[in-house]
Order: sequence, then structure tokens, then C-alpha cells
Amino acid sequence: MTSRPETLNAHTEVLVPGRAGRGPALVLTAPISFWGGVDARTGRIADVRHPQHGLSIAGTVLFLPGTIGSSSASAVLMELVHAGLAPASLVLHEPDAILLLGLIVAREMNWETPMAVRLPKEDFARFEGQTVAVATEGLISVERT
Amino acid sequence: MTLVLSPEERATASGERGDGAAMAMRIVAETARMLGAPRLIPIASTHIDGALYHGDSGTLFAERLVQGGAKVAVRSTLNVGALDLTGCSRVRLEEPARGMARRMMQAYRQLGCEASWTCAPYQANHRPAAGTDVAWGESNAVVFCNSVLGARTNRYGDFLDIACAISGRAPDYGLHRPENRKATLVFDVSALSADFILSDSAWPVLGSLYGREVGSAIGVIAGVDSHPGEDALKAFGAAAASSGAVGLIHIAGVTPEAPSLSVALDGAKPKQTIAVTARMVDDARRRLSTAQVVDRIDAVAIGSPHLSLAECEALERLLAGRSVIVPIYACTGRHVLAELEKAERRKAMESLGVILVVDTCVVVTPIMPDLRDGVLMTNSGKFAHYAPGNTGYAVVYGSLAECVESAIAGKPVFARLA
Repeated sequence: MTSRPETLNAHTEVLVPGRAGRGPALVLTAPISFWGGVDARTGRIADVRHPQHGLSIAGTVLFLPGTIGSSSASAVLMELVHAGLAPASLVLHEPDAILLLGLIVAREMNWETPMAVRLPKEDFARFEGQTVAVATEGLISVERT
Repeated sequence: MTLVLSPEERATASGERGDGAAMAMRIVAETARMLGAPRLIPIASTHIDGALYHGDSGTLFAERLVQGGAKVAVRSTLNVGALDLTGCSRVRLEEPARGMARRMMQAYRQLGCEASWTCAPYQANHRPAAGTDVAWGESNAVVFCNSVLGARTNRYGDFLDIACAISGRAPDYGLHRPENRKATLVFDVSALSADFILSDSAWPVLGSLYGREVGSAIGVIAGVDSHPGEDALKAFGAAAASSGAVGLIHIAGVTPEAPSLSVALDGAKPKQTIAVTARMVDDARRRLSTAQVVDRIDAVAIGSPHLSLAECEALERLLAGRSVIVPIYACTGRHVLAELEKAERRKAMESLGVILVVDTCVVVTPIMPDLRDGVLMTNSGKFAHYAPGNTGYAVVYGSLAECVESAIAGKPVFARLA
């Protein structure tokens, strides 16, 4: 089997620092509202109109093509962090002032918090189906299996 | 750009005014840093969405602020909570969640917030002046505040709202800056019939379409001849903010920053023009419904955002003294309840089968029976958007008149299209 090219790795900007993450990449294909769109008790995508409806974001490296809707997204994400159901890391194409507050406040509460990093949207797709690691300085790497 | 804090802000962040004030200032500053804001700006008021229980973490955060001696520095109204403190409706939240929700609502009161408990604070006497900087949460309130009142706010998420309230500061970025408030897109509704624009489901349907088409861009609506009324704009903004990341919408000739199309666009050419067709509207209306087979309904829910007194009057008029066989959950704030109680109107509505839901609403907390395959009819674009995920009910969308007739008949009744 040939080894994967190094270009699969990506250097990102750290939006919110936190714990390094590792998990299966979940690349959402549509923006999501965390409040109403993700079940805070299970981590599952609850929005029936969302293409990834039914999948769990818990423990994944979650690639988010954008967020919509409610200003309670931060509360849902913080609840997921507190309950141990948060994604292992979050990857966004731009800072999200509502959602990422959930991480900023969780850090203030001294809870162990996943990190959020910034990566251009067009780079998301190549991580689909891979197990990836996100290092504290922001490097996303694909794990060789 | 690097964030520069004033000496006073730095002192607060390091604990000079107590642990709670320090935590609030650090949260505002950390958010500003993430967003690339160069400084913090003073704000005149806040509307706080953070007192709605989503789990224990939010309660623990609010109580940490209380323990740290924090108090709000500016007028702060509260959005809905998870409980109906007026006792009008029964919330089926079980212990221990119920107790945690109550503790959360109490903590926000202890921080100095007003017990407004409504998602329509702008109809409950909280109306900041045009041009003032404020920090509002609750997506529909944000849109109304920016668009209809002309005050300046970003879409403040839960926890940043209370942090801004305590620090009296907000990050200087986004919609606080006049240059970021100009429309870059035209949403042209001039091809739609005047009858449709005047109909009572026009604005929520258009809002749902607008949010999906426009996303986070700032648009100006062209082709609206007369002011549709604040309740219509409320419904429009709420639907748009549910399907998109919308914070500010101009309507040429209607909203304060859009005396004309060219002013809203700052004299520039729009980057995009969306010519709305009757077909797009039909499609948007269809997408609001999720129910496959509609031979019955189990509940009607109205009041997202919370019903104004005028909307309650419309409900009374349409009921015309007739009882419903499927309950109508009418969600509103205590500012309206106080009026309804004056002339025994509350009792009259309840005797017909209306369940008033106050301080909260049916998609944020369990009020409606837990039904498998339940079907909910609503006239609200926002309820239509959130009900399937939050309540498990499938949605049938209709106008207020259709909702009322359906509640009386126990099955969907649609007006014949003219």
C-alpha cells in the first residue's frame, strides 16, 4: 500500500485553544444550527432537514461549513463539553462568535475543552472518511492506518 | 489587528472589581480577540438569551457569576426561560432538570436582569434608540433591534450577552460599525402580487426564503409599497433568522436605515439581486411543512416570537367564541398577559381551549404531550423550523385563520386560494 502524501495534512489557525483532539472526521455538507439542530443530551444531529441528520458529532473532528439560527448554539456546545459529548475538535472556515463562545466559557469554568481551528472550506472534503488528529498548535494530520 | 484594552478594562479583567466581573470581562475580551476586534465599546443595554436551561452547565456558569458578586451594568431584559413562572401552562420538565432550570432563572435575576421573560422585548418597552450600541441575544430580537429600531447589535450568543451586560462592554466589530451595515444584496419582491404581500402568511414565508437565500449577507428588500406593520416584520425577521445567519435586514422605504434603495446600498451596485417569483414563494411555503400525510393535527402553536396584544386580538376575533377540539398553544409574554387579565379575556380564551404559555414557549421546553407521530400546525416560520427537531412533532404550516379553523375542526382546513 502506498503511503498517503504529506499534503493531506493542514496547518490551521487556532481560534480557541484547548485539548488536542483525535477522531473520525465528520464533514457536514450544510450549515447547522446547534440549538434545535443538535441534541444536547446525545450529540446527535436532530434537524430532520439536515443532510447528516441522525449522525452523532460526539468525539468526531467536526468540519463545519457554517452555522445558522439561534443564539443558543453556544449553550448547546458548552453542554456537550460538560457532558463529555463534544466533538474532539472543531474545524471552521471562519470564527463563529456565537458557537465558539461555548468553548471560551467552558475554559473559564476550567472544564477540559476541545480546540477550534480555522481552515478554508475547500480543504474540508479531503478529510472525509479519515481518522484525523488536531495538535495544540493547530496542525491537522491524517492518521495512517 | 490586536485587541487593546483600556487600563480600567484590564484592571477589571484581573479581578479588581471581583471575580464575577473579571470573568465577564475576560469572556468579552477573549471573544473580541478571536474576532479580530481592535477594542471594546460601551453599550447601552442588553437582551439576554442565556437564561434558558439547556443543561446544567449554563446554570453552573450563571451561579459562578453570582458567587463572584457580579451585577449587570446596563439595562438587561431576559429572553424566555424553560419554565412558565406565571403558572398559565404546565411545563413537563422533570426533576432534577426542573430545579436546575429554576436555579438558572433565579441566578439571572440575582445578577440584576429584568424578569421580562420574552423573546419580543421590543414589544415590552425595551426599545433602544436608533444608532445606539447594544448587545442583544435571541436571533429574532437581534434582527428586530438592528433592522426595525436601527440600534446596533451583533448576534450575541448565550453567555456573551450576560458577559457584556456585566462589563458594559462589547467587541467593536461587525454591525456596531456603520460601514458594515450597508446592504450588498437586493431581494426584490416587486413581482409578487399585492394580495400576497398583504396576506398574513406572506412575511413568515418570505422570511424563511430570505434566510435560506441570503445566509449571512446584508440584504435590502425592494418592492414593498407600504409599511407591513411591526408584527409582520417580527414574523419575517424571526423566520429569516431561523433559516439563515441573518442579523440585519433593510426594507427600502420602511426601515430606518433604508429611506431608499440606494441609501441602503450606500450608492453602490448590489453584488447580487434575487428576483423573487411566486414559484419560489410556493416552494418556501411547502418547505415549512414536514408532515407527509395531513389528515389530522394534534396541536396548534402560535406566538414565535411571542404574540403581541394585537395578535391576541386577532386570535380572539377568529375564534369568535367557538371552542377548539385541538388545543391552541398561544405563547406570549407577561407584558401581554397583564393586559389580557384586565378584562377577563384570559379566562374567556382559556374556556375556548386556548392554552396560554407565558415566560417560555412550546419549542424550548416540554409543554405539548410527548406524542409519537404528533402533528403540529403553526403560522410561525420559526416554530415550523424548530418544532420537528425540538418536539418531535411534524409540522403543517398555515395562516393564523387556517390554524384557528383547523383547531376547531381537528384536522387541517386550508382556505381556498383565490
